[in-house]
Amino acid sequence: MWDSSMTALIVQGTFETLYMTLASTLLAYLIGLPMGVLLVTSDSEGIVPMRLLNQVLNIVVNITRSIPFLILLIAVIPLTRLITGTTIGSTATIVPLVIAAAPFIARLVESSIKEVDYGIIEASLSMGASPMQVVTKVMIPEAKPSLIIGAAIATTTILGYSAMAGIVGGGGLGDIAIRFGYYRYETGMMVITVVLLVLIVQLFQEVGMKIAQKQDRRK
Amino acid sequence: MSGAGKSTLVRCINLLEKPTSGSVFIDGQDISKITEKELRTVRYSVGMIFQQFNLLMQRTAEKNILFPLEIAGVDKETAKKRTAELLELVGLPDKAKAYPSQLSGGQKQRIAIARALANNPKILLCDEATSALDPSTTNSILKLLKEINHKLGITIVIITHEMSVVEQICSHVAIIDKSQIAEDGEVEEIFRNPKTEIAKKMIFSEGDQGPVVMGKNTYRIVFDEKSSSDSVMAKMILETKCLVNILHADMKNIDGFAFGQMVIQLPEDELSAARAINYLRSHQITVEEVGSHVG
Repeated sequence: MWDSSMTALIVQGTFETLYMTLASTLLAYLIGLPMGVLLVTSDSEGIVPMRLLNQVLNIVVNITRSIPFLILLIAVIPLTRLITGTTIGSTATIVPLVIAAAPFIARLVESSIKEVDYGIIEASLSMGASPMQVVTKVMIPEAKPSLIIGAAIATTTILGYSAMAGIVGGGGLGDIAIRFGYYRYETGMMVITVVLLVLIVQLFQEVGMKIAQKQDRRK
Repeated sequence: MSGAGKSTLVRCINLLEKPTSGSVFIDGQDISKITEKELRTVRYSVGMIFQQFNLLMQRTAEKNILFPLEIAGVDKETAKKRTAELLELVGLPDKAKAYPSQLSGGQKQRIAIARALANNPKILLCDEATSALDPSTTNSILKLLKEINHKLGITIVIITHEMSVVEQICSHVAIIDKSQIAEDGEVEEIFRNPKTEIAKKMIFSEGDQGPVVMGKNTYRIVFDEKSSSDSVMAKMILETKCLVNILHADMKNIDGFAFGQMVIQLPEDELSAARAINYLRSHQITVEEVGSHVG
């Protein structure tokens, strides 16, 4: 049952998984990072309190986060087709992944930034920093180690979601696991894909932690 | 004292705290009525240091000092030169590349002072700047602040609950009690002759061993820079033949002048007591009767 086409399939699956995960993480950060920052700054205790914006953001984040990914995956199919022109394959999977991950990332970013000592933010305000300067020069750089750890968590979570997309033909290792391992009872294939997924998660997590540790100047 | 409103007051000066009523004037400009953008420019010229230093932990000492210059949009070349100057001023040129976590409390406060001075402020606000430091570090920081005040001519506003800090470096003092300025004036004047209860309590309880129980005929006498050098007390005892019981004596150094106070008990005999008091008053010494206890 094992031949070179299987190996090619697994290699391709691995690359698809990495592609989906990294592309989705990147795109989700483009949305989630500003959202997380806005959640902090627009808070009633924040540097630019904006009650309405804060409430809307919180509601959007909570709603999106409470929808199970599998449901979201299917529910956004029309949108996916609109954006990518298709509903199967790894590029199509990026759409629901980004939608699911962005609010999750927003929360991670929010909690990282809230860890920054308010005294430091106040000191920068006392020096005449504008809200934008506070965000770019104080909040984000000071929260860097925590943000990196958050990014590692986000990446591994997105990786897990991407495997779930296999159920609708999303491509990647999860797709292989479902098609061969589940539908065809090819346990060997299932084990290999699961081991690979575990290794990739380990890698992302370890690398993330190492970078965060190196960047942390607080100790 | 805690919760009297000291920090709130200093934070009103640069509008970190927006006063619900009233105005804040800096150099004749009402900064409570200007736009956010104008306020930011005003803030360039009002430095501030804090009890917890509030340095950026992810930046080196040098980059921390550079920070306000970046904010004000000073060009890189000038900013670098200014940073080196400031490190020199606070005596830490060798710590340029150190991160705050590698510095001691006193060193952190020096970097914070350098950072606060970066944009050549006219005013330096110190919010409990020495409260987190040990006594000898406090002294060295106070010395540095005094030097800055004399050398650069920057007005320094110090918020503190320690009268010893006021005594060491201030020229004027305002005592705040329950959100009200209880008393204000020159330090020498207030220390010599505090009028309100709170001021008396603050000045006389400093370093005390608790309330001193005193009998009748107890007087507090205060020396200024002239009288304390003569042995007035000894001469008074010799000349008036009045027996004096010294209950408490304290000398302080305020802005280079010796300044002292003594609590004495005079004899029951009214005549000799009056003689003693007259002698002291004739030598320009403040004498006042005190209650049953001080402290």
